[in-house]
Amino acid sequence: MTDVNAIYVIVMRELKKFLRERSRLVSSIARPLIWLFLVGAGMSRLVSPRAGMPYTQFIFPGILGMTILFSSIFSSISIIWDKEFGFLKEILVAPVRRSSIVIGKALSGTVVSTIQAAIVLMVFPVIGVKLSVLQVLLTIIISLLVAFCISCFGIVIATFYESYESFSVIMNFIIMPMFFLSGAMYPVKLLPAALRVASKLNPLTYGVDALKNTVFTSPLKSGPMGPDFSFGADLAVIILSSALFVVLASGFFERKQ
Amino acid sequence: MPAIIRVEGLTKKFGPITAVDGISFEVEEKTIFGFLGPNGAGKTTTINILCTLLNPTSGRAFVNGFDCKTDSRMVRSSIGIVFQDSTLDKDLTAYENLAFHAYIYGVKKAEVKPRVEEALRFMGLFDRKDDLVKRFSGGMKRRLEVARGLIHRPRVLFLDEPTLGLDPQSRSHLWEMIVQLPKEHGMTVFMTTHYMEEAEVCDALAVIDGGRIIAAGSPDELKRSMGGDVIFLKTTDNAQAKRKLEAALGVAPGEEADELFFAAPRAEELVPAVIRALSDAVLSLRLQKPTLNDVFLKLTGRQIRPEEVQGADSIKEELRAYRRRH
Repeated sequence: MTDVNAIYVIVMRELKKFLRERSRLVSSIARPLIWLFLVGAGMSRLVSPRAGMPYTQFIFPGILGMTILFSSIFSSISIIWDKEFGFLKEILVAPVRRSSIVIGKALSGTVVSTIQAAIVLMVFPVIGVKLSVLQVLLTIIISLLVAFCISCFGIVIATFYESYESFSVIMNFIIMPMFFLSGAMYPVKLLPAALRVASKLNPLTYGVDALKNTVFTSPLKSGPMGPDFSFGADLAVIILSSALFVVLASGFFERKQ
Repeated sequence: MPAIIRVEGLTKKFGPITAVDGISFEVEEKTIFGFLGPNGAGKTTTINILCTLLNPTSGRAFVNGFDCKTDSRMVRSSIGIVFQDSTLDKDLTAYENLAFHAYIYGVKKAEVKPRVEEALRFMGLFDRKDDLVKRFSGGMKRRLEVARGLIHRPRVLFLDEPTLGLDPQSRSHLWEMIVQLPKEHGMTVFMTTHYMEEAEVCDALAVIDGGRIIAAGSPDELKRSMGGDVIFLKTTDNAQAKRKLEAALGVAPGEEADELFFAAPRAEELVPAVIRALSDAVLSLRLQKPTLNDVFLKLTGRQIRPEEVQGADSIKEELRAYRRRH
């Protein structure tokens, strides 16, 4: 019971701070929209719509994935802030299981990311994507799963760093490569062999792919720009890797000297 | 009285550095226990072990009957802690910080509001409850942390240098609150300090230096252990005066800040003999009831000085660097 309370209060804290910091909210929504409209519009001229869809529509699931990636990782590595400003100690000396702290933090990232992904999702009519109500709901459910997975991954990363100076390292060597190797900007099957392997090791790849499976409709789905894996495989990888990250993160948290 | 904290042969090593070196002590329930020593003596390390943030290298520690290593969750629910560095969330209000604490310690939902408000009133912060903590002064933040430590009604409240960096007014204000805790809330207070005047208030003290406990007892017992009052002397030639005193009176004076000093029973009656032994060499002489500072001086040969904080920081840096490498 204590642990349920703990998870609840950790999530509420994150949500409260998220809604209080307007600039974070605005910039987290603005980033994906800038990518979608500026990069998407520019690339549309270069990439021929050979698969029957404009490039802006192709990257739409990827942009949702990007929204989730950034906000989940940002939310999780706020643990490094908490470490630096001492608040983490307050949580660590509380009589709750380490795994509850990890799950609380992961759900914080999940809630915040899914809210943002849902807002970005609402621009679909503007770029000419047609989605049924069912597709919208399914997209939100998948966003929840992907956000949970990436948030857990972020916590594993956060346990390795002591100070916020490491932020640019995480940004340049983890977030950006994860984004570019996720199939968000180009289908994984078109990548050179070595990068394709890296892509397949990236948990976000399966998240973006699951979103493609949901957003793209029938004739496009099997085309060259369509998803790389089956929907079932995507879900399996997302769920299994989430479980793995929870276990790893709890283990790293438990570690005392 | 039963011991609420029991420590047996506790040792903590960080690689080559031994921070705590085989210490043993007990703390009685509903008392204020002070851990007195210079920075870097091992006080914070001991607290971190007692509140389950660190595992000891060897030895055992029990809080409220629970083993700190194997029963950490029960220990954590028995204690409240105010760390040396702030552990508040500055982007939340005072009320929100305390409510967070209440929930994470499993206080029932209906109880949260009354308890948070009671704690805020007790520490004199009720009218600032909806202000963000980042707008609080250092003294207010520290009081808020103590208030937070009381919310879940712990059996033991740990205070690690609770008044460090506070102005004298905030310090005395905080102290007024702390001394009420054993009687009014039935709590045991375990605190570390390097302020002698704060140590005076404690029911029992352990003096720690270099990771070892070098003396323990009530402040009065420790002062009595000096064996009388202390005579301080300024002379034209300290080295020569020392030899003369040793020969004439059989005492072994220490030297600190250009002054010779020694303790003796009925010291006032020794004054004529001292003057006779040294004759013209005496520049000044004063007689003083022993203070805890004298006790510390006698035990370690040096004073606890605020400047030592500098040295402590470098030890902390060293530890941090060590942890980073491993």
